[in-house]
Amino acid sequence: MTRHWRPLALLAVIGLGLWLVPVKVVLLWTDALVFLLVGVLTAFVIYMRGKPHLRAPWGQVIRRPLAAASLVVLSAYVVVGLLDSVHFRQQLSPQAGVDQGEAHYSVEVLSLLDLLTTPLRTRLEKSYSAPLAAQLYSKETVTLDDGSTARIYPRLDYGGAHLDDPASQRGNDIAQRSLTALLLGLLAWAALVAVWVAWLARRHGRGFRDELQAILRGKADLPWRSIFATFGVLILFIAVTLKLGLAYHLLGTDKVGNDVLYLSLKSIRTGLVIGTLTTLIMLPFAVLLGIMAGHFRGWVDDVIQYVYTTLSSIPGVLLIAAAILSVQVYIANNPELFETVVERADLRLLFLCMILGITSWTGLCRLLRGETLKLREMEYIQAAQAFGVGNFKIITRHILPNVMHIVLISVVLDFSALVLAEAVLSYVGVGVDPSMVSWGNMINSARLEMAREPVVWWSLIAAFCFMFLLVLAANLFSDAVRDAFDPRTGRG
Amino acid sequence: MLAYILRRSLYAIPILIGVNLLTFWLFFVVNSPDDMARMQLGAKRVTPEAIERWKVDQGYDKPLLYNAEAGGVDKFTNTIFFDKSVSLFVFDFGTADDGRDIGYDIRQRMWPSLMLAIPVFVIGLLVTITFALLMAFFRATYVDYAGVVLCVILMSISALFYIIGGQYLISKLMHLVPISGYDGGLSAFKFLILPVAIGIISGIGAGSRWYRTIFLEEVNKDYVRTARAKGLPERVVLFKHVLKNAMIPILTGVVVTIPMLFMGSLITESFFGIPGLGSYTIDAIRAQDFGIVRAMVFLGSVLYILGLLLTDLSYTLVDPRVRLS
Repeated sequence: MTRHWRPLALLAVIGLGLWLVPVKVVLLWTDALVFLLVGVLTAFVIYMRGKPHLRAPWGQVIRRPLAAASLVVLSAYVVVGLLDSVHFRQQLSPQAGVDQGEAHYSVEVLSLLDLLTTPLRTRLEKSYSAPLAAQLYSKETVTLDDGSTARIYPRLDYGGAHLDDPASQRGNDIAQRSLTALLLGLLAWAALVAVWVAWLARRHGRGFRDELQAILRGKADLPWRSIFATFGVLILFIAVTLKLGLAYHLLGTDKVGNDVLYLSLKSIRTGLVIGTLTTLIMLPFAVLLGIMAGHFRGWVDDVIQYVYTTLSSIPGVLLIAAAILSVQVYIANNPELFETVVERADLRLLFLCMILGITSWTGLCRLLRGETLKLREMEYIQAAQAFGVGNFKIITRHILPNVMHIVLISVVLDFSALVLAEAVLSYVGVGVDPSMVSWGNMINSARLEMAREPVVWWSLIAAFCFMFLLVLAANLFSDAVRDAFDPRTGRG
Repeated sequence: MLAYILRRSLYAIPILIGVNLLTFWLFFVVNSPDDMARMQLGAKRVTPEAIERWKVDQGYDKPLLYNAEAGGVDKFTNTIFFDKSVSLFVFDFGTADDGRDIGYDIRQRMWPSLMLAIPVFVIGLLVTITFALLMAFFRATYVDYAGVVLCVILMSISALFYIIGGQYLISKLMHLVPISGYDGGLSAFKFLILPVAIGIISGIGAGSRWYRTIFLEEVNKDYVRTARAKGLPERVVLFKHVLKNAMIPILTGVVVTIPMLFMGSLITESFFGIPGLGSYTIDAIRAQDFGIVRAMVFLGSVLYILGLLLTDLSYTLVDPRVRLS
């Protein structure tokens, strides 16, 4: 238990760093909740470490190769999402002749991810350009050096700007860069894996070769083979992205010249926030009300049943639309409440999470009510009641731990559904703020791009791939969680 | 039976009142009619006269719940709540912001929605159950495993991509069917075939996987072992015994959605330009026409409650052990 101080120390270092650099930290509502969620999860993990009966099913989850691989992918997404959740405003460089008494901060809210991807963020082109292109996607009339005008595909300002003659050099350049990137990526991967395997070997008290053989044969304690393989693919992707993405626009640019790769990365936070915060918001309601209805029965049960039947009888999309329209009117009528565009968009995101939470807690509540009704007839709870144990204690000590598997399963199952729902809601116009980057908004604008001639396909494909990978990983992972925790599926 | 239906219908009334109060609160208390007027009239600096005129036109100039100026029963009836919310109970939906009768529009637009939703529902159900039965038949083999993986992959694709991809591939590249549009009569076929196909395919993943779980739960029960023990071939066991018994959990999930078919499919209709209730709703949301949204919320709740009632009734048909009381 000496490791408890580590996350705290990390936080302290980050805090110190933010205090030293000239920035003004902006804590958005969703940021605060994201960090709260991280805190809760950390506490949960620390709590579980000492409980073998809770660790066992997780061990079962992680020993499934597909689930382990999914976990690697999900972690990559989470890292990007967390980096994108630390927001600040940079101090403006002081101007000559201006009073230096007070520091002035830019109105632009940036995140750590923005800072890391500065080259992607700032290299704006004029309009659409295809992935890895050196020229714009449509012809423009330009004035040539000799004064005449011509309709040509103009060169991009940044994409492939290092090339003298893109027509002849581009193919070679791309091939060369990708090969170097792949080689470097492989080297980096091999080095990291070697260190890791050496550490494993030391921990298991056997030689490096033995450990490696065990892993290759799939006989190690965890499915390291698939973890390393996924990790390798991830590293190769990152290497290629770094090498090509800095010289070209790897996934092209959108209508106003934004790099699509940057937009896709920014969308990750939106998707994750909707998938997780919605659950965080609805969970207390669902758990508390569900257990109360089942435990107290009588009029409490009637009231709670009435509330959730009413809520679930309203078509979800319409309830969300009605609520978001109300929020929209509120935001439109109170513009003075928000200092920056980001803060406004963030409030709307938070509202969206709340409303999605309100529409989605009913299912879990009903399940918990049913399970509690069953549990309260069990001998051990009857015995507790006979001994005069209070309701509160019966619920927290006897019922809650025994319905946790239902909560957990429904939380992980909901995640992917929520990520998908964001896209549909944004399409309907009741999703996240139009100024916020999200997969839904990317798809929404791609609809018009698909009608263009020639077709602009890359934003759609980029949004598709990023979203598909996240949802697929989440689905595979939640399958494993369900199999491990659901007593009905039987273990083994 | 009749008494049961009657009692359940009475139980629906407090729920519908709750739905009405909730939508009333969202549309008239959270947003005052003044806010709505400002939003509809567009400009930020509209004159108070314009707002008043708009409110009178829409009938929003009355008090919300209690009219102190009126006399007698009018104290309660001459209010926004009575005009806009109570009238929903007799299916009087009022007029939309553009002056059209909402009830008439709903009756007109119901048919295209059903033309799309019923084939998707029926064919989709047949396809997913067949697929799930196949997976259950080949359970714990590579066929089953591949089927499950395929289902998870299909599930992980957003419905929007099925639609955009299908439109692009079939309509734009191969020119097999029109991209969007609708026509009455037999010519509706060529407009509907693609949306129906996409609706079915996008539902296969989640549906089949769920039915497969249900079948596998049944397969391990004692009566199935008995059926095998007396020498029935696996085919007969699966189709005659397992399928019939699995109908109960399947019905729970399926019957409740049948009345909702009226509501149409929001995004499919909107993408394919089918003039059904789904696209009606989306257009209303985009135009912020609260009258239509309110009507659709009410209609949706009525249909949902109807679905719950139908579910209970269907149990008595398939499961003789269930008695309604």
